Amino acid sequence: MPHLTMIEALRDAMDVMLARDPQVILFGEDVGYFGGVFRCTSGLQKKYGEERVFDTPINESAIVGLGIGMAAQGMKPCVEIQFADYVFPAYDQITQEAARIRHRSNEQFSCPLVIRMPTGGGIFGGQTHSQSPEALFTHVAGLKVVQPATPYDAKGLLIASIECPDPVIFLEPKRLYNGPFNGDHKAPAQSWKTHALGDVPEGHYAIPLGKARIHREGEAVTILTYGTMVFVAEAAVEKAGIDAEIIDLRSLLPLDLEAIEASVRKTGRCIVLHEATKTSGLAGEIIACVQEACFYHLEAPIQRVTGWDAPYPHALEWDYFPGQDRVCRALEAVMEV
Amino acid sequence: MSSHTKLSFAHPPARPGETPDFSALEIPAAGALPVPRLDIAAQDCVEHANSLIRVMDDRGEAVGPWADYLSDMEPEALREGLRHMMTSRIIDMRMMNAQRQGKMSFYIQSVGEEAIACGFQRCLKPGDMNFPTYRQQGLLIAGGYPLEKLIGQFYSNAYDPLQGRQLPTLHSARDYGYFTVSGNLGTQYVHAVGWAMANALTGKDNIAIGWIGDGSTASNDFHTALLSASSYWPPVILNVVNNQWAISTYTGVARGHGRTYAARALGYGIPALRIDGNDYLAVLAVTRWATERVRAGHGAILIEWYTYRVGAHSSSDDPSAYRPKDEAKAWPLGDPIERLKQHLILSDEWSEARHVQAEAEILAEVIEVQKRVEAAGTMIDPKPIPGASIFKGVYADMPEHIRRQRQEMGV
Repeated sequence: MPHLTMIEALRDAMDVMLARDPQVILFGEDVGYFGGVFRCTSGLQKKYGEERVFDTPINESAIVGLGIGMAAQGMKPCVEIQFADYVFPAYDQITQEAARIRHRSNEQFSCPLVIRMPTGGGIFGGQTHSQSPEALFTHVAGLKVVQPATPYDAKGLLIASIECPDPVIFLEPKRLYNGPFNGDHKAPAQSWKTHALGDVPEGHYAIPLGKARIHREGEAVTILTYGTMVFVAEAAVEKAGIDAEIIDLRSLLPLDLEAIEASVRKTGRCIVLHEATKTSGLAGEIIACVQEACFYHLEAPIQRVTGWDAPYPHALEWDYFPGQDRVCRALEAVMEV
Repeated sequence: MSSHTKLSFAHPPARPGETPDFSALEIPAAGALPVPRLDIAAQDCVEHANSLIRVMDDRGEAVGPWADYLSDMEPEALREGLRHMMTSRIIDMRMMNAQRQGKMSFYIQSVGEEAIACGFQRCLKPGDMNFPTYRQQGLLIAGGYPLEKLIGQFYSNAYDPLQGRQLPTLHSARDYGYFTVSGNLGTQYVHAVGWAMANALTGKDNIAIGWIGDGSTASNDFHTALLSASSYWPPVILNVVNNQWAISTYTGVARGHGRTYAARALGYGIPALRIDGNDYLAVLAVTRWATERVRAGHGAILIEWYTYRVGAHSSSDDPSAYRPKDEAKAWPLGDPIERLKQHLILSDEWSEARHVQAEAEILAEVIEVQKRVEAAGTMIDPKPIPGASIFKGVYADMPEHIRRQRQEMGV
């Protein structure tokens, strides 16, 4: 089984689907000839031709709006927004159109569109290259929102997203494009090439949307997280020496309520960890779900570890980023009760 | 010497209490403009984009090269077109009354603009897809859409194909080439280009048609659609219905110092024509030409239909607050129904008596359908659609959290 980086796994997923389904089409800024600024689509135009993989003008509303028209006609567009921070000119098209078309037309039309976008910090991107806007999409009925943490999941979830009959926001944690990250920016970079979770089967496989993954089994406390923070949580748990269960949510809308509830009922304690800003972030929603379903199983108040309520600062990314020390403090707090 | 700069604010020629004034309107003679080559380029379209293509003269006679372009048109087809426009107007009248009676929440009429949608639809083929606004019901009427579905959508009752999810007039009729209408303005213009690209990429011969109002040309997505159509040259017709009013905002505000909306396309390299939208024959002729061009693979085209919104923007609007009450009567390009009627009478294919009889027949048919639909529920006699409809079709498959909410609702 080959070891792949997340970028290679994503490219492999698109390659598999382009070969398998003639309705699949890729486009976006720089996606065609150059292969995207992160090179996720590198080589695919050469392999499949300009009618399957092509460049667009720098206009996110065009990328998404054209994708909606194509998807409604019966194609399966998988489009790329260069950074999640750039998606907002297309926000109206995504939230008022793509998300609504099936419902408002009583299923006469649908929108099987995948919108890929790199998300999150850790690359010195600053305010407009490091944001995590997932909560702005998980609030929208009709969308699905996905974020993988491993190359294996990236490929399987992207294939499932392309096969999904509804629009999917596919958030790619760019700090994990080349290898996992434990929240310590001074530590040597790890590569997926030497990491077990970089094992990616060849050919077609799909990971169902809406299903979480148990990243680490444990009994003492549940950490609910996703994307880059999965590995920050792992490092913190090892450092703290606590037998925590880490759930990689993978699918942020819909959430895997059954997996979340089963784990919290087992451990009786819960931390929700994400990189996005705190106020009205996804952690608030997840905590509300846990409170509704697991209140009588809880031994301690739920802890929330997130990015700060400030724009992502370029030179201060490591102060902003919820690193393993902050997770350790939350672990101590939740285990004290 | 003062260097103080001033802004320019557009104003309509007359406001309430003033005399309607259309003196600035340049109306070229019918038949003055030639029929262009199907592969005409934008730079050769300047006259067509800045003038006004007209076929019927002031007497109602069809003249000039565009009339010749329609020479094979049978009188029966024109009588049918007249009937479509009359049906549209009678439905508008009945539905506006029903709204005033409190039977429905809201209504949008298309009085004065019937020729554009009713005429355009006659040139389309099965599988072509319109991306309309809320004022193109004529596409459905001329396309043979069942009246009980059309009217049922207004009442949001059991006859409503959309199960109460959309505002009245925001139809969706895939089998009739009518894309689901959004309440947000302009978004559908880009979808039309995407659909047309998909047609080309998948080897389908069908075309897509975008519709937008003059006010909505100010939206980002108007320019996004033109840019996209210019980039990829797909089989799409981009229509601008210039009825001169965006609710109460005068068209000059959106148009700015541009001369016409059609000319705006030329900057994108897209050929454009400007048409008398109250001239049913001009609508037919230009639509026939445009669809032939696009089907032949010569790329996108923009058409500005110049007309006047006789009615209010919607049932919630009062145009007497912002324009002269009798302005519609002063509109120099006339009424589309009256003009086609006169043309047919002039050629001995119609008469006043037949017109009166047709009006009565259509009115009786609409009333019959309306009564049948109203029996399934109105706002003053509600027979609600089951609430479970809310949760259906949010996704292809219902996720767990929505299933739980449906249970909470108890349906």
